Amino acid sequence: MRRNALLRRFRLLAVAVLTVAVTAATACGSDGPSSMEATTVTLLTHDSFNLSPETLDVFTARTGIKVEQLAVGDAGRLVAEAILTASAPLGDVLFGIDNTFLQRGLDAGLFEPYRSPRLADVPDRFQLDPEHRVTPINFGDVCLNYWIDAVDGAPPATLDDLLDPVFADQLVVQSPETSSPGLAFLLATIAHYGDEWEDYWAGLRDNGVAVTTGWQDAYYGQFAAGGGDRSVVVSYASSPTAEVLFSDPPVDTPPTGVVTAGCYRQIEFAGVLAGAANPAGARALIDFMLTPTFQNDVPLNMFVFPVISSATLPEVFTAHATRVSDPLMIDPAEVEAHRDQWTDRWVEIVLR
Amino acid sequence: MGRDRPALSSTARSWSPARWSARLAAVVVVTFFALFFVWPVAGVIVEGLGSTGVDPIIDLFASPAFRSVLWFSLWQAAVSTALTVAVALPGAGAVARLSFRGQRLVRAMVTIPFVLPTVVVATAFEGVFDRFGLTDGDLRLHHTAWAILIAHVFFNYAVVVRVVGAHWAGLDARMEDQARVLGASKPRVFAAVTLPRLAPAIAAAAAIVFLFSFTSFGVVLILGGPARATVETEIYRYAVVRLDLATAAALAVVQLVVVIGLVALSNALERRRSSPEPVHGVGAARRCGLGLAANLAVMGLLLGLPCTVLVERSFSTGESSGGSGYSLRNYAALLDRVDLLPGTAVAALGNSLMFAAAATAVAVAVGGAAALMAAGDRSGPVRLVDVGSTLPLGVSAVTVGLGILLVLDSPPLDIRTSIVIVPIAHAVVGVPFVVRTVVPMLRAVNPHSREAAAVLGAPPARVRREIDLRVAGRGLAVGAAFAFAVSMGEFGATSFIPRRAETLTAPLALFRLLGTPGAVLRGQAMALAVVLMALTAVVAFAVDLLGDSRKGAF
Repeated sequence: MRRNALLRRFRLLAVAVLTVAVTAATACGSDGPSSMEATTVTLLTHDSFNLSPETLDVFTARTGIKVEQLAVGDAGRLVAEAILTASAPLGDVLFGIDNTFLQRGLDAGLFEPYRSPRLADVPDRFQLDPEHRVTPINFGDVCLNYWIDAVDGAPPATLDDLLDPVFADQLVVQSPETSSPGLAFLLATIAHYGDEWEDYWAGLRDNGVAVTTGWQDAYYGQFAAGGGDRSVVVSYASSPTAEVLFSDPPVDTPPTGVVTAGCYRQIEFAGVLAGAANPAGARALIDFMLTPTFQNDVPLNMFVFPVISSATLPEVFTAHATRVSDPLMIDPAEVEAHRDQWTDRWVEIVLR
Repeated sequence: MGRDRPALSSTARSWSPARWSARLAAVVVVTFFALFFVWPVAGVIVEGLGSTGVDPIIDLFASPAFRSVLWFSLWQAAVSTALTVAVALPGAGAVARLSFRGQRLVRAMVTIPFVLPTVVVATAFEGVFDRFGLTDGDLRLHHTAWAILIAHVFFNYAVVVRVVGAHWAGLDARMEDQARVLGASKPRVFAAVTLPRLAPAIAAAAAIVFLFSFTSFGVVLILGGPARATVETEIYRYAVVRLDLATAAALAVVQLVVVIGLVALSNALERRRSSPEPVHGVGAARRCGLGLAANLAVMGLLLGLPCTVLVERSFSTGESSGGSGYSLRNYAALLDRVDLLPGTAVAALGNSLMFAAAATAVAVAVGGAAALMAAGDRSGPVRLVDVGSTLPLGVSAVTVGLGILLVLDSPPLDIRTSIVIVPIAHAVVGVPFVVRTVVPMLRAVNPHSREAAAVLGAPPARVRREIDLRVAGRGLAVGAAFAFAVSMGEFGATSFIPRRAETLTAPLALFRLLGTPGAVLRGQAMALAVVLMALTAVVAFAVDLLGDSRKGAF
């Protein structure tokens, strides 16, 4: 009897909550396949995906299709979850798989081939999948950045320079196991040094390289940008642009510079997920992603370059963006075949 | 005094509406855990080990690398727990027994560290280490096991202060007075009279801290450095980075077994040591200047220092020109949308509040029902609820998160991408807090108190209101505050569940702001972190008021 009053209160709450949950669940279940199908397309992305709010409205105005955006984690997690849920996909289009994880997605049969007519405007060098299971959308470069005021003398110009005692205890990189730029930088050194990449890293270790788990703890933890005492960090070619755009107070020149040698090119792709509820809408969305409307919106929202030749870059972006002329790249199939082995070796050389 | 008697006797059995409500509560609790915890975890284990059987588990134990990972996981969690209890127990006593102005404020403030994203705390700690010259040299803390331990004490201090403190406040202080009168020294009174009666609450708090430290992810990798590995970080690595679900599932099984063992042990301890007490707050609250000052100093140093670094950074502007002036610009910026985010930071805070309110409601309802069941009697199934409802704290967010994506994929339960899954996933982690704070308090209710109240003429409804609800209310308030903080801080499986752009939450916004270079973005992120802290303190304060509102009624 004494449990009664409490129980009644809890019960009321619990029943209310469960009712809401179940109603919502069944509502989603019944709505999903039938009525929403024709008018909605679900875009699955990583957390860094963003657009101006009006951009996707243009798509809806043109096609009558609404876009539902779902974001999850970083690129690695996105691909892992897409593969895990391949039998019941979470969306219709996946955006954000890059060339370091591309083969993993292709091998898992994640995508339905679709050759967009708009690919004609995309240079061949971005079209890594001849079967068109994925469509290139944007690209960027992972490069060493340096804090201009923190560098004594000349800034580094090559990967080799980081072995110089002048840069002892000056470099901070991210672990390739937990960070996308970290993995890209490891791949850059492998592409550049070939079989000697292990020696290069042993040299970096001797020269006092610091390793963090992610980009944020490198850039804001140990790099001079966050008050840290290291002057060189693995980041992006577009980072100085962001430093100017988001400076406080406004400044005209970035506090950081880019080492244009030894950059790794990252190309991001989108693809129609196999088993998509709305494949026609998914294809229409991929076409839209290659229109100038979408492509011109990419630079300032994601700090990457558009892939179509006819894109016009915003002036604030071009003023400080560094164009990397000869970025490094490894074939996605080769990356997939060796990724685990390379990162294991890297851990042994650098961390153990 | 009636130690053999179940704290809540089962006279209700004879009364059928009560039985019905008990059954309904049981159905709610069991359904919730079965759907959102047991099934997803089982789904991952079956998916991973379905074709290989137990071989990957055997392989694990054959590997010396894994054995050292397991050892480090257990070791750091045990030491983190011991340190947290040692550091925070005096704090718990201060908030429970001493009377001072702003006591409620202190209780609310200690909850703050709980909501802070690890990346933010890590930079704050680095800032503190830096200022004290601890980033390198002999006294280096950066990327050491010490950094992990200190951070775990920072995050979990509140758990011990609030869970033990709430229990402590309900103990009859006259027993200590009597012992003192009989000539026992202060330390002896504490060891012989107070500590044994606190044991159930300490066991409960220690269990929470241990599980949190055992499954901690960001602290280990960011403050401990990428060279550290625990069972939790290995599960992530194998499941997400390597896509080796067999090894990930094997690790998940090991983690589950360890956690079940520990929770069962701690619950047994908690159950054995609990004894009924007269109702709450007997004996005058006292003042003790020195002890109080010492405790406030510890809190100020441990919790205040990193938080102060964040507050300082949130007001600091003009970084790009090298000068560091202070202004409110970063806070004003929270009202404007930056290109990188789908909405304003304030809108993200609104979403966080909405999710947290829903998650807290679910956690209080399910957790309260589970606590009543667990405290009610000692049958086998009830013990299962007691242990089971605590497990989500000790099971990897990876396992639960991926499991939800894996199993909840067909109608009518295809709620993987529905908005309701977010508060539910938060509540899965919130429930254990409610259960573990309420159970020891319900067990401590002396049946005599109820009988005495009845004899003195209180009608049954009043007895329930004045005794059970008041006692449980305090525990529920503490549990609810944590459930709220857990949700505001986006703990647990949610980070694996795809989120709609329009429901961006504050921690995700913060993470994105810190994901692109630029002084403006960083400043705004710090301001957002401070607002998140303040909101949590305000809600913890309000919930505390609510839980204690009947204090003056007796």
